[in-house]
Amino acid sequence: MKSHFSLPLPVVKVMTNFSQQSVKISIQQEDYNLAEEVGALELNNHIDGAVVTFSGLVRNNNLGEKITALELEHYPGMTEKQLDNIITRAKSKWQLGNITVIHRIGYLPVGQQIVFVGVTSKHRKNAFAACEYIMDFLKIEATFWKKEHTEQGKALWLDARQSDKNKATDWQGKE
Amino acid sequence: MINIVFFAALKEKLNCEALTLSSVNIQNVEQVMEKILEQHPNWQNAFSQTVLIAVNHNMVDKSHPVSSGDEIAFFPPVTGG
Repeated sequence: MKSHFSLPLPVVKVMTNFSQQSVKISIQQEDYNLAEEVGALELNNHIDGAVVTFSGLVRNNNLGEKITALELEHYPGMTEKQLDNIITRAKSKWQLGNITVIHRIGYLPVGQQIVFVGVTSKHRKNAFAACEYIMDFLKIEATFWKKEHTEQGKALWLDARQSDKNKATDWQGKE
Repeated sequence: MINIVFFAALKEKLNCEALTLSSVNIQNVEQVMEKILEQHPNWQNAFSQTVLIAVNHNMVDKSHPVSSGDEIAFFPPVTGG
């Protein structure tokens, strides 16, 4: 008589050392939801222990003027490529997991969210550095332009700031 | 043909969003600008401020070569974020 033994199949756990590394870039009129965006960065992402986010809002003051709203214009096609390029540079400098950049366009009253940058990494140092880097270079390079609507009824295009441009040199110094 | 687009404050000053130019006798961005100002002499003032240039979505300077089918964008310093 033959007896058949069926041995239990060995269970193999596949562990990867790689973070998921998904990139989300969105230029949109609609508002974003911080909790949802953080949730998406964390979803199934158990490799990474750090999530760092930045959210920029429309404030009611600038250079002595009282602001009621900002209006954002961009260069469709070029802006997305630039954001992708900035993110690629960040990934080459630091080990990073998932990255999200959202920038709103159109008419945004005071208090509205404008821009979101979220980054995951195994440890917080990389995530903090990359989040700041991406925001700094978004401000220096990305083809967006802001028009301020003031309480007095004026609509003025914002001038680029030297302090923002100086950040590029700061980052070079850190290399 | 060369496609030219303007953005933001520059677009408003010129009251023009886009135009096309023949690429005949045009080798680089500087020549594009000369041609534009020839056709619109009252645009000189707007172009005397800081104007950034992109060709086919890449930032360039005035010496950059230009060919038929290119999209050239002129715009003020950026203020996003």
